[in-house]
Amino acid sequence: MSWSAFLPYVAVMALVTYLIRMLPLTLFRRPIRSRFVQSFLTYIPFAVLGAMTFPDVMYSTGDMRTAAAGVAVAVILAWRGKSLLTVAVAACLAVAAAQGVLMLL
Amino acid sequence: MNAEFRKGIRHGIPIALGYLSVSFAFGMKAVGDGLTWLQAVLISATNLTSAGQMAGLPLMLGGASLYEMALTQLTINLRYGLMGLSLGRKLDDSMGTLQRLIFSFANTDEIFAVASSQPGKVGKHYLYGLMLTPFLGWTLGTLLGGVAGTVLPAFVRSALGIAIYGMFLAIILPPAREKKPIRAVVALSVALSLCFHYLPGLNQVSSGFVIIICAVAAAAAGAALFPVEEEGQA
Repeated sequence: MSWSAFLPYVAVMALVTYLIRMLPLTLFRRPIRSRFVQSFLTYIPFAVLGAMTFPDVMYSTGDMRTAAAGVAVAVILAWRGKSLLTVAVAACLAVAAAQGVLMLL
Repeated sequence: MNAEFRKGIRHGIPIALGYLSVSFAFGMKAVGDGLTWLQAVLISATNLTSAGQMAGLPLMLGGASLYEMALTQLTINLRYGLMGLSLGRKLDDSMGTLQRLIFSFANTDEIFAVASSQPGKVGKHYLYGLMLTPFLGWTLGTLLGGVAGTVLPAFVRSALGIAIYGMFLAIILPPAREKKPIRAVVALSVALSLCFHYLPGLNQVSSGFVIIICAVAAAAAGAALFPVEEEGQA
């Protein structure tokens, strides 16, 4: 793609994305008094990650069977409180192992 | 080196590894679709967002208007606004306006999630460390994917695809196990997300909006049913 066509797109993408991230974090500095809003903001991270993980994770490997193996391993390890890295690596290994099993069948 | 900075870097490593695989896929696709590797890297280095970049790619290649590009990015990335509001409460006094302007650039889903899960307030040294490793991972992964994407065997690439979700699960499950309100919020959000993916009509809504709708509805229901006792306690 030519640079003259490319650069305006990248500038718009980067600017919009940055403004969305920057404005709330920089402008809203007063402590929040509403108990509802405080509770809402406490729950938001978990709600966002839940919606981003399911069902998308089932399509992340190109085969639902290998994804299911990865999810099962990740859920068990995460439930037991293992670290982010341990869970992520174990999930990848489980997917690789499941691919190996499927290839042998 | 400052101990908090080192801790941030350490906490950023799993994020960076997850990003490496996701951005590898982005770089591979971008170059396959007609960008140069330098253009792909430039997008990653200035945007640092997976869903927005993936959505922007076909728009620029298809010659869409800049207005459409802006609106698409706004919709998909609006969730960062909510995260910024939420994270604002966690920042300590070392995070002045300049520090906030800098950190805002890197407030991604994963960095936000890890920063939010820290006990108490977080400061600039920790956050600078926490944004550094993932930024490097994201940019480097795009470079590798753009330059050498076709070299890596398919089974390795598909196994890497799940890394980022394994990380998400490691963030949400331990607190969900301990606290019923969090369990309920996650369950509701996931249930809504499944509806938006599979029910006819609802599955027409764009992915950026789906995340916003599910998260806002589930967090609002959680706030109404289980108000937290004091600031930052979940």
